[in-house]
Amino acid sequence: MITFTGITKRYPDGTIAVDDLDIEIPAGRTTVFVGPSGCGKTTSLRMINRMVEPTTGLITVEGQDIRDRDPAVLRRSIGYVIQQAGLFPHRTIVDNIATVPFLLGWGKPRARARARELMELVGLQPEQAKRYPHQLSGGQQQRVGVARALAADPPVLLMDEPFSAVDPVVRTSLQDELIRLQAELHKTIVFVTHDIDEAVKLGDSIAVFRPGGKLAQLDTPERLLANPVDSFVEGFIGYDRGVRRLSFFPARLLTPRTDTVVGDDVQAGRARELALRSGEPWLLVVDGERGPRGWVSTETLGAADPGTVVGSLDLVDYGHVFTVETDSLRAALDAAVLSPAGRAVGVDADGRVVGVVAQSELGSAIWSVGAEEAPTAEPVRSDG
Amino acid sequence: MGDQPLIRWDWIARNWDDPVGTRLLEHIQLALVPILIGLLIAVPLGVVCARWRWLYPSVFTGVNILYAVPSIALFFLLLPYTGFTQWTAIIPLSLYTLAILVPNVVDGLYQVPQHVRQAAIAMGFSPLRRLIQVELPIALPVAIAGLRVAAVATISMVSVASLVGLGGLGQLILTDGFRRQFPTPIIVGIVLSVLLAFLVDGLLVLMQRLLTPWTRGSERAARRTSAARREAGAGTTAPATDTGSRRAEAT
Ligand SMILES: Nc1ncnc2c1ncn2[C@@H]1O[C@H](COP(=O)(O)OP(=O)(O)OP(=O)(O)O)[C@@H](O)[C@H]1O
Ligand SMILES: [Mg+2]
Repeated sequence: MITFTGITKRYPDGTIAVDDLDIEIPAGRTTVFVGPSGCGKTTSLRMINRMVEPTTGLITVEGQDIRDRDPAVLRRSIGYVIQQAGLFPHRTIVDNIATVPFLLGWGKPRARARARELMELVGLQPEQAKRYPHQLSGGQQQRVGVARALAADPPVLLMDEPFSAVDPVVRTSLQDELIRLQAELHKTIVFVTHDIDEAVKLGDSIAVFRPGGKLAQLDTPERLLANPVDSFVEGFIGYDRGVRRLSFFPARLLTPRTDTVVGDDVQAGRARELALRSGEPWLLVVDGERGPRGWVSTETLGAADPGTVVGSLDLVDYGHVFTVETDSLRAALDAAVLSPAGRAVGVDADGRVVGVVAQSELGSAIWSVGAEEAPTAEPVRSDG
Repeated sequence: MGDQPLIRWDWIARNWDDPVGTRLLEHIQLALVPILIGLLIAVPLGVVCARWRWLYPSVFTGVNILYAVPSIALFFLLLPYTGFTQWTAIIPLSLYTLAILVPNVVDGLYQVPQHVRQAAIAMGFSPLRRLIQVELPIALPVAIAGLRVAAVATISMVSVASLVGLGGLGQLILTDGFRRQFPTPIIVGIVLSVLLAFLVDGLLVLMQRLLTPWTRGSERAARRTSAARREAGAGTTAPATDTGSRRAEAT
C-alpha cells in the first residue's frame, strides 16, 4: 500500500503543484490519476519514487517512510514507465530491459535471461532482442518500456501516460495487454492518464485531480460515473458518462425475445402471421445453424408471394451483434444503434442467435440501471 | 628554386630515416600528446559545464579567446619558461584543442534526451553511474566528431611549431626546403602531413564505428559525420574564424 498524508508540493518558482493531498493506494490494484493538464498528476507520481521531494507531508510505501530509504535503491524497487518510453538509445532491447537487474548486480547471463523472459511476457519477438530502440515501432518501444519496468519484479509500478503517444489501435492492444499482465502479476500500479475511457478501462479506482493540485474525487470507476461529486468532476468525465456507465452492467440482464426469429426455410405467409402476432415490424432470419442472415420487414413479407421461403427474399444486413453472456449493456446498446432495424441481435459464444432485443426492452433495462448500483465493480469485458 | 626538378627521389632515399623519419615521429608525438591532454581536460570540463549550465558561457568564451591567440605568439610567450622543449609546442596545441573538444562534449551531453535522463534516474542509477553508463555513451558520436576536427587541426598546426624550431615535419619544410631553396623536402613534408591527418581521421572513424554500434544506419549519425568532414577541411590557416562554423555545428 502507498499512502500520501498531507502532501503539498511547492516548486521553487512558487507553483503549488499538489495541495494537501491525502490518498491511499491499495496494494495489488490499479489506481488511476486523471485530471486536466497541469493539475499535479506527474508531480504526485514522481513523489512516490522520490524524483520529486514533497514540500510537506508524509509518503509511505509498504508502511515505510520513503525518506528513510536511499533514493537510488528505492527506485530500483519501483518500476517506472513514461510516455516516450525513455529507452536508452545506445543499449540493445535485451540490455534495456535488463537495466535494473544490472544495477542490482545480477550477473549478465541471469539478467539477460530474465530480460528475454519478459520480452515474451509483453509480446515481443525473440529476434528483436539484439536490435536498438530506434529500430522498433512506437508501440513496440512502449512494450519494451513496460518490460524494463517489470524486470526486477518490483511490487510497485508507476506509469505516466504510457500509451498516449501511440495510435488508438495499438493503444487498445497495449491496454488489453496491461489488463492481462495485471491479472497475472497483481502489482500496485499507479497510472496517470488524460483519458477518462482509459481510466475506466484500467482502473480499480480512479482519483480525479482538479487544477491547483487538489483531489476532487477518489472512487471506483462505476461510482465515479454514477455519482460525480460536483460539476467539475462531471464535466471532466464527460456528459456521456451515462452511456459509459452501461459498461458495468452485463447484457445478461436483458431477455432477448425469440418469437421474432424465423428460419430461412419458413414461408413468407407464415412469417407474416408471426410478425403480426408479435407486433414487431422486423423479423430476424436465421440459417439452419441459427447463424444470423438478415432482417426482413413486414412490408417485404406482405409484398412477397406467401409461398416463397423467407431466405430467398431481400434481407437487410444485420449489422453488429452482441454476445449475451459476456458483453455489457453498452455493447448491446451499440449493436441496437448500429442496426438498420434498430434492434440488437444477441448471440451465444458460438455465434448462434439467442434472440433479439427490441429498443423498448433495451430502454427499460437502461432505465432500471439508472437507479441501481452496478452488480460488479469490474467493467464487463468481451473478447470480441 | 632554380633549375632543380620538383622531386629528387635520390634525396628522399638518402634521407628517409633521417631527417624524414625522425621528423615524422616528432610530428606524430607533437600532435598526439596535445590531443590526449586536450581530451583529459575537455571531458571533465565539458561534464561540469553541462551539469552547471551557468558556467558554460564563460568557459566557452575562455576557450575561444585562447583559440583566437595566434599560435606563433603563444610559442614565443612560452619560450622563456619552457625553452626549446616539446612542451613549448604541446601546451599551446593542447589549449587549442579545448576550443573544439569542450563545446562538442557539452553539445553531446545536451543531446541526451530529457526523457532518457529521467528514465535513468527513475531506474535507480546513481548520478556517477548515470553519467558513465548513459549520458557519456549517448554523447559519444558528437564528441568523436569534435575529436576528428581537433585531431586534424592539431596535426596541421604542428607544422607551425617548427617555425620556432620545435621539430616535426614543418622543420623539414622550413630548414631543409625553404631556406635551401630546395622543393623536395617541402613536398615530402606536406604529403606526409596530409597523409598523417587522413590516417588519424580514418582511425577515429573506425573507432566511432566500434564504440557506437547503435548509430549505424541511423540518419543522425550520417549528418554528424558529414559536418565533421566539412570542419576538417577548414584547417589551421584561420583559427579565429573556425569557431563560427563550429558553433553552427553545435546547434
Ligand atoms: N520543475 C518544475 N518547476 C516548476 N513548476 C513545475 C515543475 N514541474 C511542474 N511544474 C508545475 O506544476 C504543476 C503540475 O505539474 P505536473 O507536471 O505535475 O502536471 P500534470 O498533471 O502531470 O500535467 P500534464 O497532464 O500536462 O502532464 C504545473 O503547473 C507545472 O507547470
Ligand atoms: Mg504529466
